[in-house]
Amino acid sequence: MLRLEGVTVRFGERAALDAVGLEVRAHETVCVLGPSGSGKSTLLRVVAGLQRADTGRVLLSGQDQAGVPAHKRGVGLMFQDHQLFPQRDVGANVAFGLRMHRTGKEETGRQVAELLDMVGLPDARRRAVASLSGGEQQRVALARALAPRPKLLMLDEPLGQLDRGLRERLVVELRGLFQRLGTTVLAVTHDHGEAFALADRVVVMENGRIAQTGTPLEVWQRPASEFVARFLGFDNVVSATVRGGTADTPWGAMPVPDGTPPGPARLLVRPNGVLLRRPEDGVRCVVEARTFRGGDGSTVTVLLRPEDGPQLEAACTLRDAPEEGAKVGVAFDAREVVVLEGHEHGGSQQSA
Amino acid sequence: MAVPAAFFVLFFGYPVAAIVGRGLRQGGHWNLDIVGRVLSDPDILQVLWFTVWQAAASTALTLALALPGAYVFARLRFPGKGLLRAVVTVPFVLPTVVAGSAFLALGGRGGALDEWFGLRLDTSVWAVLLAHVFFNYAVVVRTVGGFWAQLDPRQEEAARVLGAGRLAAWRRVTLPALAPSLGAAALIVFLFTFTSFGVIQVLGGPRFATLEVEIYRQTATLLELPTAAVLTLTQFAAVAALLAVHAWSVRKRESALSLVPAERTARRPEGPAQWAVLWSVLAVIALLIVLPLAVLVERAFNGPDGYGLAFFRALGSQSESGTFVVAPAAAIGNSLAYAAAATLIALVVGGLAAAALTRRAGRLVRGFDALLMLPLGTSAVTVGFGFLIALDEPPLDLRSSWFLVPLAQALVGVPFVIRTLLPVLRSVDVRLREAAAVLGASPLRAWREVELPLVGRALLVSAGFAFAVSLGEFGATVFIARPDAPTLPVAVARMLGRAGEMNYGQAMALSTILMLVCAGVLLALERVRTHSPGEF
Repeated sequence: MLRLEGVTVRFGERAALDAVGLEVRAHETVCVLGPSGSGKSTLLRVVAGLQRADTGRVLLSGQDQAGVPAHKRGVGLMFQDHQLFPQRDVGANVAFGLRMHRTGKEETGRQVAELLDMVGLPDARRRAVASLSGGEQQRVALARALAPRPKLLMLDEPLGQLDRGLRERLVVELRGLFQRLGTTVLAVTHDHGEAFALADRVVVMENGRIAQTGTPLEVWQRPASEFVARFLGFDNVVSATVRGGTADTPWGAMPVPDGTPPGPARLLVRPNGVLLRRPEDGVRCVVEARTFRGGDGSTVTVLLRPEDGPQLEAACTLRDAPEEGAKVGVAFDAREVVVLEGHEHGGSQQSA
Repeated sequence: MAVPAAFFVLFFGYPVAAIVGRGLRQGGHWNLDIVGRVLSDPDILQVLWFTVWQAAASTALTLALALPGAYVFARLRFPGKGLLRAVVTVPFVLPTVVAGSAFLALGGRGGALDEWFGLRLDTSVWAVLLAHVFFNYAVVVRTVGGFWAQLDPRQEEAARVLGAGRLAAWRRVTLPALAPSLGAAALIVFLFTFTSFGVIQVLGGPRFATLEVEIYRQTATLLELPTAAVLTLTQFAAVAALLAVHAWSVRKRESALSLVPAERTARRPEGPAQWAVLWSVLAVIALLIVLPLAVLVERAFNGPDGYGLAFFRALGSQSESGTFVVAPAAAIGNSLAYAAAATLIALVVGGLAAAALTRRAGRLVRGFDALLMLPLGTSAVTVGFGFLIALDEPPLDLRSSWFLVPLAQALVGVPFVIRTLLPVLRSVDVRLREAAAVLGASPLRAWREVELPLVGRALLVSAGFAFAVSLGEFGATVFIARPDAPTLPVAVARMLGRAGEMNYGQAMALSTILMLVCAGVLLALERVRTHSPGEF
């Protein structure tokens, strides 16, 4: 459906997109994930035709889009802050795209009602845009983007400004809606939870480049680089030397997964793989802080200060969590250890 | 951009060049020694100095007096606001000669102030300065106030919460946001006072003369075209320099602002401070604007046989003294038709130019921006005379066409349209347009569907301005209006130029009608503004 080939966009010296290649298949939901300034929004703007690519090609259904203006591309874009037309009411906002495509008056009315029904605002048609809450605005923006039946629907931080509960509910709603409609979706977000919940496939971006592509599970389980690992919230990253089944780390010996090639490496150990023991067993640490995360598992994140090496983060249940200042021993679970690509943290950042 | 460019070259550049050329060319070759000779003349230097300092003083005084007014109109809600806004704008559209007479009637010898307090203003420069404030109060209130009304008050509230006092919040948040419109207003006021003609003619006396007055004297009285040409060029250069500085400073401050519907930002006055501001603004308006107008109206009704409609009745018939070939009342219809045509031209040309200026950037465009302001700062006398000289032969033989008058009037209207539209157009979020594009709207459609409704308010304001200045335009119209089709200001000036109580009274009566027409149009505009449902 959508294919990007070596797309580069430069703003002065800085490359917002650096030779990006990407493919979105029909009926697939792809989420581009990255910190602010990683080029996510620029990516959407290039596809929409609002930003010219300096080099590379954008293909929609196999057609090169060079020289095709935004209004003829037939893609939908939901803006980060919605950009509803302030002088029109809800119905007129949703109808806008239909009018631009010369849909008849009756047909337009019918479709607007249907769309508003679908996004859960059946009675909002005559309401002023200014009177809508953030969540309602988001729904209207979605209905407006869906109305002209775009080949490809793009969402820029679709749930960014909403409160947590609403966001979690809407993610589920959106996913169901896209599956039902068979919409092809390209979304960008900085929130990995949102991306994982929404997407069939996740693309992580770093400084205008694609750092990793995969299913949410693949990316979560095997972050390809230190950048991806840290972006997903994993901070237990160290340099190590692998020998046989163990690695030499500042925290002491750490078991590694089978088949890890020997030599220097960067290792990630997920907080789940940091097992708390009695002080006599394993690496000796002092508990610096503990943060209750809530959730179904009553998870607690424990921040540990080992005798040697950088800080360690462990996750455990509330019941097992030690007090602040307590002394504990730490062991590692090989299943939660990931070998990362690249030896230096942020190497590509410095080169960009 | 091509249309406005062609318009200006043809109807501004060409006539002005023609008259300057005629002045400086003698016996088939250029005669440039005269430039040095004129510019070293102490009398001329005196005129130059007076022109500059009175313009600066008038601008400062206008800003100081009208800025609280802009605040009141933007942020406070009170009964009669629409009417008051129209009243404030009336002076702006009055022919300068009439306004000068109103001030003379108020503060001159035997004037109202002289009778009551023995106070006379016409002996000092204050009469000129106050008359300039009288004229330009509306410029500041409408350009700055109109923009101010759409500024999101929450910006200021955010600053207050961060610990800024009321005044500090205003100074650090609102003032910078207002700066572009403030700069535009100051520029317009300065240009108007710099080229002031009618007011100085009446109130300045022999001691005070601006460049424009001097140009008129050299052209019409002394028939010294070469001197007039040099002065025109001097004025031109000064104005161009000013516009260049302005364009340069504007570029440094442009930013997108969050605009909100104007209706939501106005509140009923609260607390003694806001009431005090409101009342002092009302007092200033009463003294400076209503009082001169009232004196004018009083003179119109105060006929030979006491108060009555004698002067108005006389307007309907052809005057026995032969001032006109038609009844003076016909001038009303002429004026309205001309002004409507001129407004249309100004809106099309100015709208296209503003749209072009919003979309594109670069040195060339900025230069064009400044160029479009030039007519405001160019001697209207020169333009009018230039029209006569330049546009009277094929391929452009327009001298006998009625269309010449609206063309000249539109020339003055266009800068207003651009100045009013540009700040608003530039602050429309570009992503709204992008949202429309993604939904399938072509650039033209997106402009019509998204930007036009958003700037509709500004468009109406600018249309009102263009209409008003066209209605009141005098300097150029007086040269090109046909004798059998005078406009209101031209008719008024002809009557004022003749002796006799009847003529003076009729002039005042006609001015009163002009004033009422303008007030009516402006009030109608206010209605449209508040009743249109699709309004921003």
